[in-house]
Amino acid sequence: MNTTPRQRIGWGSANVIVVLIAAIPVLWLVSLSFKDPSTITDGSYYPHKWTWDNYSGIFDQPLFTHALVNSIAIALISTFFGVVLGAMAAYAIARLNFPGKRLLVASALLIAMFPPISLVNPMFNLWRTLGIFDTWVGLIIPYMTFSLPLSIYTLSAFFREIPWELERAAALDGATPLQAFRRVIIPLAAPGVFTTAILVFLYCWNDFVFAISLTSTNNARTVPAALAFFTGASQFEQPTGSIAAAAVVITIPVVIVVLLFQRRIVAGLTAGAVKG
Amino acid sequence: MRLGAVADPAIGTGRPRRALTERNRAERRLAWMLCAPAVAVMALVAIYPIVYAIYLSFQRYDLRFPGDKSWIGIDNYTTILSSTDLWWQAFGVTVLITVVSVAIELALGMAVAIVMHRAIFGRGVIRTSVLVPYGIVTVAAAFSWQYAWTPGTGYLAGLLSSTAAPLTHQWQAIPIIILAEVWKTTPFMALLLLAGLSLVPEELLRAAKVDGATAWQRFWRVMVPVMKPAILVALLFRTLDAFRIFDNIYILTQGSQNTRSVSILDYDQLFTALNLGVGSAMSVLIFLATALIAFGYIKGFGAAAPGQEVNR
Repeated sequence: MNTTPRQRIGWGSANVIVVLIAAIPVLWLVSLSFKDPSTITDGSYYPHKWTWDNYSGIFDQPLFTHALVNSIAIALISTFFGVVLGAMAAYAIARLNFPGKRLLVASALLIAMFPPISLVNPMFNLWRTLGIFDTWVGLIIPYMTFSLPLSIYTLSAFFREIPWELERAAALDGATPLQAFRRVIIPLAAPGVFTTAILVFLYCWNDFVFAISLTSTNNARTVPAALAFFTGASQFEQPTGSIAAAAVVITIPVVIVVLLFQRRIVAGLTAGAVKG
Repeated sequence: MRLGAVADPAIGTGRPRRALTERNRAERRLAWMLCAPAVAVMALVAIYPIVYAIYLSFQRYDLRFPGDKSWIGIDNYTTILSSTDLWWQAFGVTVLITVVSVAIELALGMAVAIVMHRAIFGRGVIRTSVLVPYGIVTVAAAFSWQYAWTPGTGYLAGLLSSTAAPLTHQWQAIPIIILAEVWKTTPFMALLLLAGLSLVPEELLRAAKVDGATAWQRFWRVMVPVMKPAILVALLFRTLDAFRIFDNIYILTQGSQNTRSVSILDYDQLFTALNLGVGSAMSVLIFLATALIAFGYIKGFGAAAPGQEVNR
């Protein structure tokens, strides 16, 4: 489309406004996390006295360090299993004909719509009976389950776009089924699987409801839940700086993932929701 | 590996009919095998608890008096539905937050989508900055807003009134909750709308322009009709999500000053009051409300409903 200089300025400033609105609350957290305790209540957007103390402080607290390890491990393990199970089902949905397909797709959608709060109470009871309350397994199971609809939808949308005839072409050229799968199908499917893994990881990383309901100690508490239990360096001190620093720490992986894979994330989000 | 090795039967064509049915049977078996683990997990983890919650909702079951557990029929439901100050109050707040935030998100999301579509410089930059609110942990973002509105600490606290703390007044806290919600989730809306926007044929817009349609007319008469499926999907997902709002309120106000959403109220019943019977009945009511919303949208969707295209 042809644009006049005036239009350019208009769209350009619209871009700037969008970027600013997205950035202001994030930078505010960063600013708070660098403020010296004596200046934390000055109400200024910028820190006047900089300090690293908030960061060194939280890394001395087992509440935070354990939570960080829990968060990373639980999110990675749940993502792995969720994507593997999702990929198997999505392959069947995208490529095979079988009765019950519609039912499966519909119930996956239904589960995606479930209010998690309705489940934490029975889970809380059940998990205590089974002895998996406040353990990694106790959080991995719900994360894996509730990210399944997302992975099934996104992956089947991606799988439908793969030119599967190539597999047959490779077979005609003398490749074994295994070779055809490894050399032809995996490279084609990998971007979709990877994209789905990112979205599922963000979901697990973000969860709060299950994390506060199904944990009670440092054993399995993840960072979002731990943030709600933070205390200051002394008990008379507001933990503002520590919470801000911890919030920044768990935001960093998200920002890195977004920076590296923005194109894929957008493709994944829209493939699952609009095409599927 | 297994996938590729057994995928072959599904592709071949031109064989006799009888072999085809046999292949069909093999295909079915494979499909069921592949879906079985996912189905089993979803059934055990999602369906069992909901059945259990329904069962508990008909019981008097208070963890403070575990001995006093008995079947009381719909008493829990009548208790909840007749409590104007708790359930209906929370329900009203939830509906208010849902309707207002989804409406704002739709308008803003559309604007952001159009800006992204027409981005002149740095598409990557703008996409990244829009994705950050989407990806950021809700709790972290909620803390950012909470501190921003805390008197003394925050850069926004003086905006509404110079003395009082905005988050301690219902009619100031609710707009702040909506603001936090809108900031966090508009990107999701915008991205789905952007996908719909890319389906609008450029020639159609140009033709409309040549025919003398104003920008406003082009938007309503050309873009919106083409984008309708994307708009409906975005609305469905966001409405359901907004109705389940929990994290933002939990951090911003802890549900004080009558800012509880139904999810917060339910959480309080379960984990503070330890009343599993009433809590479960609330869970069931929330589930029914979400199902009703979904049903309403899917009715409205018609052929554009997600899942309909899967068999194409």
